[in-house]
Amino acid sequence: MNPALANPAINVSAAPVGTPYFFYGLAAAAIISGLLVITRRNAVHSALALIVTLLSVAGLYLMLYAPFVAGVQIIVYAGGIMVLFLFVIMLVNIERASKERQFNRMWPVGLVASCALLALFMSAFTKGKSLFPDRPLQLPEGINTQQIAAALYGEAGKMGAYTFAFEIASLLLLVAILGAVIMTKKRI
Amino acid sequence: MLTEFMSYLHSTVTPGEAGNQLWALIYVLIIFTGVSIAVIAMNWLERKALAHFQVRLGPMRVGPHGLLQPIADALKLMLKEDIIPSEADKMVFWFAPMIGLLASFTVYIVIPFGPSQAVSDMNIGILFMLGVSSLGVLGIVTAGWASNSHYPLIGALRSSAQMVSYEVAMGLAVVSAIVMTSMNTAGTGTLSMIGIVQAQQQQGIWFLFKFFPLGFVAFIIFAIAMVAETNRAPFDLAEAESELTAGFHTEYSGLRWSLFMLAEYAAMIAVSSIAVTLWVGGWMRPFPNLLSAPIWEFIFSLFPGLTFAALAAIAFIGTVRMPSHSFFKIQRIGLAGFALVLAFIALVLFAIAIAGRSSDTSIAGRFRVGIDYVYWFVLKVAIFMYLFIWYRATWPRYRFDQLMKIGWKVMLPISLGVLILTAFWGVLVK
Repeated sequence: MNPALANPAINVSAAPVGTPYFFYGLAAAAIISGLLVITRRNAVHSALALIVTLLSVAGLYLMLYAPFVAGVQIIVYAGGIMVLFLFVIMLVNIERASKERQFNRMWPVGLVASCALLALFMSAFTKGKSLFPDRPLQLPEGINTQQIAAALYGEAGKMGAYTFAFEIASLLLLVAILGAVIMTKKRI
Repeated sequence: MLTEFMSYLHSTVTPGEAGNQLWALIYVLIIFTGVSIAVIAMNWLERKALAHFQVRLGPMRVGPHGLLQPIADALKLMLKEDIIPSEADKMVFWFAPMIGLLASFTVYIVIPFGPSQAVSDMNIGILFMLGVSSLGVLGIVTAGWASNSHYPLIGALRSSAQMVSYEVAMGLAVVSAIVMTSMNTAGTGTLSMIGIVQAQQQQGIWFLFKFFPLGFVAFIIFAIAMVAETNRAPFDLAEAESELTAGFHTEYSGLRWSLFMLAEYAAMIAVSSIAVTLWVGGWMRPFPNLLSAPIWEFIFSLFPGLTFAALAAIAFIGTVRMPSHSFFKIQRIGLAGFALVLAFIALVLFAIAIAGRSSDTSIAGRFRVGIDYVYWFVLKVAIFMYLFIWYRATWPRYRFDQLMKIGWKVMLPISLGVLILTAFWGVLVK
């Protein structure tokens, strides 16, 4: 048994933090700001709306008893990647960008793809009752970080379920970093 | 509501864990007020200390020794005309100061002033703090862009480049401290701010001194990076006045400008709290294990009262030394009143320390313990805040290429090395 579970300070059976109102609020914020991302002409406004989307999704992760994922979402996406996005967008000539066509000719394809995705979600939502457990999950959020660590790195001498995939992903990132350095540096 | 109020009084966990929303709200209000007062006091202290560093007097006109100067400044800023440049992006311009303010005040949810003196004890505490405080850069970037002016844009770009680069070294230094919480015992590692301080308590050592010099080096890396993160001298290139007028907030005036200042100082207090929590033992008094006899407990619990008594004595000496011209009459009365208030607070603190000396569970005892925790935490943070002023008075500003060189070529390799060595040391050396 995980030692953190034995910690009496962590009340596993405490009432869930998330209420439906939180979910609807966060979902609405995510959807509205997601729409703003693709409809704003100004790229900086789009980026700011995208930050709101990412933060709402982080809130949804919190409601799913995954505080670690929510924290990483905020650090990596909202705090790191979006700052770099803004950094690049601000150097772009906004006047010229705002005169260009906002939607290119690929939009019917996008529409079909998103309709297919919606249909998939709807079918999962209506028919896939057996896919999901029929009662609220008892996920102690107090040990979420430890659970993720056990899944990624293994526990008590055993390899975790995702150790190999995780290490492969880190190798992929390393390759990307090296590629970026090689492409920008004229002489190494 | 009353039962909700009363039921928490005997609890030993944070209101967030106890699920007590009323007390969580009370804590939030106390922290908000406390931080705002601290920012005001810091504003005065910074101007005074900088002035004395430069052999000036500093603010002397408004109130005795300029004590009321921050209030006068705040009033002036509120009454000032609020100018939005005509070419500015109105909505983003309006929203930018709020982002910084929200980011720097949200992190106070997890700052542990004591084992139960925090709004909530999150499982991901330190991760939450780093994440939310990294959102502060968005306020600066959007402010610089929305002003639609050259100096703010350059300031914002400099600032975002700087904050993103120093965040890396800062994060690695933090990770090496987190690694120290779980050495040799599986499952004791924690990201919770309260858990980190408790780990230092159990191991009987501040992480500053653990694996000497590794903990110390990690702390130094963090201490440098936190100055860069808050855009303070010598890393204040974002608002280098000789080159960029005022950097990202050149076009801001009045209340909006003061929101930026409030956010900056609140962020300074927040990062100092991280440093205190991770390396300097958080709320623990000096030598809690070595000098654990009841007599030492009692002597250390007198410190809050002694501090206020010393402040009262300073204010009283100031009253006596004030020139006896009739022009200073009101100021003299005011300072004497201030000294009396401080002396009264000192008396109350002494009374609590003496009344609660025998037990930890009586109401007075709980008050004494709580005051001790908050006092030691705030004292350590105050030392860091003074260091910020000291740095500003001492060091010249970096050039931008020097800044990037230090961030990427010096601090990042050192912090990576420290992290790896800490992990090796912890696993290999039993």
